[in-house]
Amino acid sequence: MWAEVVVVGVKLVVVLAVMLTTVPIMVWVERRGSALIQDRLGPNRVGPFGLLQPVIDVIKLLTKENLRPEGVHTFFYLLAPAFAIAISLSTFIAIPFARDSGLSIFGQPVDGFIVAPNLNIGVLYVFAIASLAVYPVFLAGWSSNNKYSMYGGIRASAQAISYELAMTISVVGVLMSAGSLHLQQVVDAQTGTWLGSLPRWNVFPQFLGAVTFMVAVFAETNRLPFDLPEAEAELVAGYHTEYSSMGFAAFYMSEYLHMIVASSLITVLFFGGWNLPWIDIPFEGWAGALLSMGVFAVKVAFFMWFFVWVRWTLPRLRYDQLMALGWKVMIPLATVNFLWVGVGLTLGYF
Amino acid sequence: MVTYVFLAAAAVAVIFAILAVVPRNPMTNVFSLVVLFFSMAAVFAILGMDFLAAIQVIVYSGAILVLFLFVIMLLNIREVEPFGSGRRWQAVIGTLVAGGIGALILVIAGLLLPEQGSVLPGVADIGTAAPIGKALLSTHLFAFEFITLLLVASIVGAVYLGKRGDR
Repeated sequence: MWAEVVVVGVKLVVVLAVMLTTVPIMVWVERRGSALIQDRLGPNRVGPFGLLQPVIDVIKLLTKENLRPEGVHTFFYLLAPAFAIAISLSTFIAIPFARDSGLSIFGQPVDGFIVAPNLNIGVLYVFAIASLAVYPVFLAGWSSNNKYSMYGGIRASAQAISYELAMTISVVGVLMSAGSLHLQQVVDAQTGTWLGSLPRWNVFPQFLGAVTFMVAVFAETNRLPFDLPEAEAELVAGYHTEYSSMGFAAFYMSEYLHMIVASSLITVLFFGGWNLPWIDIPFEGWAGALLSMGVFAVKVAFFMWFFVWVRWTLPRLRYDQLMALGWKVMIPLATVNFLWVGVGLTLGYF
Repeated sequence: MVTYVFLAAAAVAVIFAILAVVPRNPMTNVFSLVVLFFSMAAVFAILGMDFLAAIQVIVYSGAILVLFLFVIMLLNIREVEPFGSGRRWQAVIGTLVAGGIGALILVIAGLLLPEQGSVLPGVADIGTAAPIGKALLSTHLFAFEFITLLLVASIVGAVYLGKRGDR
């Protein structure tokens, strides 16, 4: 009993610590990366390469005055940032992050490197929690008593509904070819090779699905080119205009936490999770687990860089373009992918 | 253990069902509904219906209530009519009908549940996606296809109504 609790607790602490440590690193990567892309220097004064800049920023945010404007709905105004953090921290428990070949801690089996191994609905849990991510944006926009915040909230709702459809349909193909909702089995189904030469990653047979999923995930995380809810040129700062100090920091953190989860989902669903291309993980036991964890981390890191890269390369879409893209391009493409997977499975292509 | 979790979920559900109706602030009502749907999902999860629990959250909290909120924000409704401001006899009849339906559900549940002394059905992986999918596409195939037809009809109707102003 207690050994079981310890195993789950260790997994939880590791996942939480890694996620919370990645946030300041990503803030640094984002700022230095944007500087690189725009041919500037970026923050380089505090610490080597400016690496301590996020620490200083956190101290600044913590010690700043927490303004609460007049006319806000106090309860919802305070609930929104807390809700944002809670949701973005609770999605990772259904995502497997390393290979388990029957390892054990204190005589208790590890049961897969995933916090909730017995959650047989797996990916549905992630989508259920992720579909709630729009509520804090709403709450913030509505309770702030500011029309810019309000517009941000309205835009966020319309955007979330439109792109959630495309995202869900594009994942159906992956679940069909894996034959399971559990992400561990989705990863296991992507070992080996396909058509003799390509790695058996879902991105190759289901290229359309991968593209639609990635675009939809950008929209769901409110990142450029889909950051209409906080478009600073039109809406000041959108839904978090009226937040200062740690309230603002909470929204800022939750954006990066969402990016971590989104990158992990892209990796697990379409890029083979912790599988190496062409070769199997060569070691058994803990060495194999650590190596597979490293492979997973490298892939996730690449997609997080991809988020930064896209943000500083593409301009923001106009609102009607956003809606047209979501309904007229993304959903049909995802449906085509879904049909193709059905045909491919019936004919035995994969 | 299961009983306590169930009692907590049920208590939360009842409290937030009342909060979804009584307060005058529409945002409070909608968020009470969110909590209500969550506690119902918890009850499903206790019964081993993981799939239903997830679908409950995805469909109701994730999609339908977002639409509610969208409308509230679009029309900028700050306050709704106070509870009990309608006609008195409507409130009386409404309470009676609601109480009657509640009593009926209790009686039916009492008739249907076997005498086990437990709320759990005790059937392994009945709640996973596979048996539900199989049932939908075999036993209940006609109903399933009929619902899709109904949905298509309503979508066509909505498009027609939306387009009518353009002509």
